[in-house]
Amino acid sequence: MNESNNNNTQSGQRHAPTPEEITRRRFLARLSLVAGGVGALILTVPVAGFILAPFFMRTTEVWRSVGKVDSFKIGETKAVDYEDTSPLPWAGVTARSAAWLRRVNADTFIAFSINCTHLGCPVRWLAEANLFMCPCHGGVYYQDGAVAAGPPPSPLPRYPVRVQNGEVQIQTAPIPISKK
Amino acid sequence: MLRRIFHRVRDGVEDRTGLLEAVGKMARHLVPPDAKWWYVFGSATLCAFMIQVISGIALAFSYIPSASQAYSTLQFISDDAPFGHFLRGLHYYGASAMVLMVGLHMAQVFLFGSYKFPRELNWATGVLLLGFTLVMGFTGQLLRWDQNAVWSVVVGAEQAGRAPFIGKWLAHFTLGGDTVGGATLTRFFAIHVFIMPALIFAFVGLHLWLVLRHGISEPPKAGKPVDPKTYRQEYKELIEKKGRPFWPDAAWRDTVFCVGMIVAIAALALFIGAPQLGKPPDPSIIAASPRPDWYLLWYFAVLALLPHGSEKYIMIFGPLLVGILLIALPFISNRGERSPSRRPWAIAAVLMIVLMIAALWAEGVKSPWSPNFKAQPLAPFVVGATNGPVFIGAQLFHSKGCLNCHLIGDDGGRHGPDLTDVASRLPRSQMILRISNGGVNMPAYAANLTPADMDALVAFLQTRKIQRR
Repeated sequence: MNESNNNNTQSGQRHAPTPEEITRRRFLARLSLVAGGVGALILTVPVAGFILAPFFMRTTEVWRSVGKVDSFKIGETKAVDYEDTSPLPWAGVTARSAAWLRRVNADTFIAFSINCTHLGCPVRWLAEANLFMCPCHGGVYYQDGAVAAGPPPSPLPRYPVRVQNGEVQIQTAPIPISKK
Repeated sequence: MLRRIFHRVRDGVEDRTGLLEAVGKMARHLVPPDAKWWYVFGSATLCAFMIQVISGIALAFSYIPSASQAYSTLQFISDDAPFGHFLRGLHYYGASAMVLMVGLHMAQVFLFGSYKFPRELNWATGVLLLGFTLVMGFTGQLLRWDQNAVWSVVVGAEQAGRAPFIGKWLAHFTLGGDTVGGATLTRFFAIHVFIMPALIFAFVGLHLWLVLRHGISEPPKAGKPVDPKTYRQEYKELIEKKGRPFWPDAAWRDTVFCVGMIVAIAALALFIGAPQLGKPPDPSIIAASPRPDWYLLWYFAVLALLPHGSEKYIMIFGPLLVGILLIALPFISNRGERSPSRRPWAIAAVLMIVLMIAALWAEGVKSPWSPNFKAQPLAPFVVGATNGPVFIGAQLFHSKGCLNCHLIGDDGGRHGPDLTDVASRLPRSQMILRISNGGVNMPAYAANLTPADMDALVAFLQTRKIQRR
C-alpha cells in the first residue's frame, strides 16, 4: 500500500521507482519465487518418488513349485502356472505367471518364457509340430526356443528350473523385455 | 414475483462475479460470416470429451480400480447395474467419436490452411490434444481389465522397452513392477482418470483461449495468401465489417451437430453396446490373442507389417517423428496460400494418410499375419480321400501346424501363401525344398518330419489343384 502511494505523486501520476524500491521489489519477488520453489519441492519430491518408485524397485526372485516330478511325462511340454515373486494383496489373478515346462529326461527340465520376444504376446506350444507359435504376429520358435520364423528378434528366454524334494521348481523372473 | 426474485439474484451474483459478462463476451465474439458446417468438428470433439467426462464419472461410481476386483465390477456394470451396459457403451462410442472428430477437425484445419500465421500454436496445442486423446483411448482399453487388457499392457511395455537408454525403466514403469500385477491397473487408472483429463482440460482451455485471441479462421480463398505482415489487419477489417456473433449465429450449427452425434452415440450404445469383456485378467491363461480397439488397429497392423529388425527404430522413433513433424508443420510453413485448390499436395497428403490408415485398418481387422489357432482338420470332401498318403498328408497338414498359416480353400490361416492351388505352381521337388528349409516366415520342417511324413504331406499338396475349364 505504502509502496503504491510512494510511486504516485500528489497529482496521481506514477514516478520512476528509486533504486531502493527496485532492490526491495526484487528481493520480494525473489523471496516469493524461492519460497514457492521450496514449497513445490516439498510436494514434488515425495509425490514423484512415490510415482516413479517402480523405476528403481528390484525384486528378489524366488523358487516356486509347479508340481511333482512324476506329474510330468518325459518329452512332454506343458504349461505351468505359479505365483509372482511378491504379489500385492489386491493383485488377485494377475499375480499368476506361466511358463512352458518340458521334462527332457528323468532329472532334467527346461522352462521357457511364454512371452514372445517380438511384443510379449503369449506363445502357444503345438505339440505335434514341436513348435511354439505366437498368436499376435505369427512368430515361430523351434522346440529349443530358437527363432524359426517371423518377427521375433531373439530366442524364447529360459527360466532356471530345479528339482527339490520331489517338486519341480521354477525361479520367478520379470517379463522379459526385448531390447532388439 | 418469481421472475423479480430471479433477476435480483442473478444481478447480485453477476455484480459480484462478472461471470455472465465475461462468458457473454466470449460467446458473442465475432466470427467470419461464412464459417459454416466445416467448422463444427472442433466443438464436436469437445462435446465428445464432455460425454466421456460425464459417462466416466458415472462409471467411476461402481468401478473399483483394483487388479482383483476391476473385472468383476465391470461384469456388474455390464450385466446388473441399471443403465450400466448403456453407460459402458456410451463411454466406448464416445471415445470412438472423440478420436474420429479430432481426426476430422485436424484434417479440416490442415486442408483450410488454418494452422498458418498467426494460429501456429492453435495447431500445436491441437496436436498435443490428439496425442492425449490417443493415450486416453489406449489407457481406457486397459481399464476394461480383461485378458486382452492385460496382454495389451505387456505389448505396451515391450514397445516402451525398445527406447534407447531408458527402455528398461520405462517398461518397468508401464508394468508397475517386474510383471503385470497389483500395481499395474492403478497406475493406468490414475493416468486415465486424473492425469490425462487434467491435461486435456488445461490444453482445451489454452486451445480455446488461442481461438478467441486469434479468432476463427475465415474460409480460405484461392489467390489470397497469408502474409504475416498484413494478415492481422485484414482479418480485423473482415471481422469488423462482416463478422457475426458466434452465439447464436454460428453456435447453432455446433449445437445441432453435437446433438446429432450424441443421438448416434446413444443409439450405438443402446443397440450394439460396449465390447464384450474377454476372459479374466489371468496372465497364466495362455490362449490369448490381444488386439487393440478399432482406433489403434491400424497401428497393430504397422507393427505386424514392419520389415523384421526395423521394429526397434520404428516403434520408438516413428511416433516421435510423426509428433515432431506435426507440431513443426506451421513453423515450417506459416504463410502463403491457404486454399486447398492451390495446395494440391495438401489434399494428396490427407488422402494418402486416410487411405493408408484405412488400408492398415482393414488389414488389422483381418490380421492375416496371425496364425489361425481355431483351424479344424480338413473335411473329407476337401481332402478328397479317406485313406492312403493323401489322407495322411492332410492330417499332417493340420497336426504340424501348416493349416494355422496356410489356406486350403476356405479353411486355415492367411499368414503364409494360399496353398489351395499350390500344385499348379510348384513341382514336387520345390515343395520338398520349401517344407524342409522353411523361409523368413516359415519354420524349417526337415528335422520335424520323417521321410514317410514328407511323402504323405507332398502327396496331399500335389492334389491341391483347381480344375480349370
